[in-house]
Amino acid sequence: MKYRSVFDIIGPVMIGPSSSHTAGAARIGRVARDLFNREPKWAHIHLYGSFAKTYRGHGTDVAIIGGLLDFDTFDPRISESLEIANRLGMNIKFFEEDAVTDHPNTARVTIGDDQGTLEIVGISIGGGKIEITELNGFPLRLSGNHPAIIVMHNDRYGAIASITQILAKHEINIGHMEVSRKEIGKEALMVIEVDQNIGEEILQELHKADHILQVARIAE
Amino acid sequence: MFRNVKELVELAEKENIPISEIMIRQEMKISERSREDLMEQMDHNLQVMEKAVEDGLQGVRSHSGLTGGDAVLIQNYMKNHEPLSGYLLLDAVSKAVATNEVNAAMGTICATPTAGSAGCVPGTLFAVKNRLNPTREQMIRYLFTSGAFGYVIANNASISGAAGGCQAEVGSAAGMASAAIVEMAGGTPQQSADAMAITLKNMLGLVCDPVAGLVEVPCVKRNAMGASNAIVAADMALAGVTSRIPCDEVIDAMYKIGQTMPVSLRETALGGLAATPTGKELEAKIYGIPRMGD
Repeated sequence: MKYRSVFDIIGPVMIGPSSSHTAGAARIGRVARDLFNREPKWAHIHLYGSFAKTYRGHGTDVAIIGGLLDFDTFDPRISESLEIANRLGMNIKFFEEDAVTDHPNTARVTIGDDQGTLEIVGISIGGGKIEITELNGFPLRLSGNHPAIIVMHNDRYGAIASITQILAKHEINIGHMEVSRKEIGKEALMVIEVDQNIGEEILQELHKADHILQVARIAE
Repeated sequence: MFRNVKELVELAEKENIPISEIMIRQEMKISERSREDLMEQMDHNLQVMEKAVEDGLQGVRSHSGLTGGDAVLIQNYMKNHEPLSGYLLLDAVSKAVATNEVNAAMGTICATPTAGSAGCVPGTLFAVKNRLNPTREQMIRYLFTSGAFGYVIANNASISGAAGGCQAEVGSAAGMASAAIVEMAGGTPQQSADAMAITLKNMLGLVCDPVAGLVEVPCVKRNAMGASNAIVAADMALAGVTSRIPCDEVIDAMYKIGQTMPVSLRETALGGLAATPTGKELEAKIYGIPRMGD
């Protein structure tokens, strides 16, 4: 089931004009911000399909930047997000892409600062609902229905166990888990959907576990 | 758990409870939230819808200037004339238009199921309210019933104009509304399903062709027609008219039509009304110089 909650259908409360192109776009931006865990200094936004053809009319550009500024779908500041980002000195570039993607509403968001960069691909499947299909080149399926932890780690034995042990110790139940890697022994990614929101303390503990490079969470 | 309309209706009939109750119970199970909590959130969504209708009836304008003020015109007409289509129908139309005019003006709305189709459910609700005098709880239930049908469409087909054309947006919204009207008017779960099927059947093939890519022309007026379609279909179902094609098969047909629709007619602003000489002219006027990279 792509849509789990009745509030995916009756909702979200949002600033118009389009749930896919505005609310969904804002949510894609906000997931990127959540994962980056700080305000980016620059952002390159690549838009595909219907996003590329109609983003001006729908305010998709404004909405994604609003998400990067950590605004919710109903935050009235979304309509001024380009000006706000400009004032904050955020360097933004939009690219209209012609490539055909699996989903007609696709955005690739690359953000960064002096300390690092992050790239996600998000699709807006309708009614404000989104899925994240790629993170830093790793394919993934993140429904956004549950709180989730995303862990970049070195592909070594024990790395996964070290994370699941910490979660077990804190009595956190795993609902869904995916592990992917590009090459054996190199950087790998764990996506773990859990039933409870993860506190800052646990996050720090996860961060110190063996072979862990980066940990981020997405709150429900 | 229900996966389609057939299961939804069977569950409601077996337990002898309305569709709204099935949706509430399922949501409680999935989200592990209390009934009060869910009712409160839906009440909040209802308040957002009420406010949007009020604002729209005061008169709003979109930034492009393409839409706004039509809800006021219709209300004024209703005050001074005996509407040919009937007061309730036109009241629903004006309130659907009001909601979408607020949406186009970047006001706050509740997506039902999407922002571009946000007018049908509240438009019909606030018009029918004046006739049926529902309690607050019944109004909240109207939204859960709408949600139950929308949930089936979203999971088995699509509620995205970019994926499936406007039939997936305004078509779905109108179908959801007609099912909810039937429940509020005292019809059976099966009559809700029939109303939904009749409405959606008459929205099949509806393309998504927004002029200049804006959610304005023809979106606002399509919500008006979606709302009126919903009311007429609800009346037909309440009269005992059934859909020859079962609701789930209509949803399936809608999905397949959407998949075979050319990309130019799926929210790309490349075809249909967007590609008419006037549509192109408006687009050029609105954007002037491309805003890319500024």
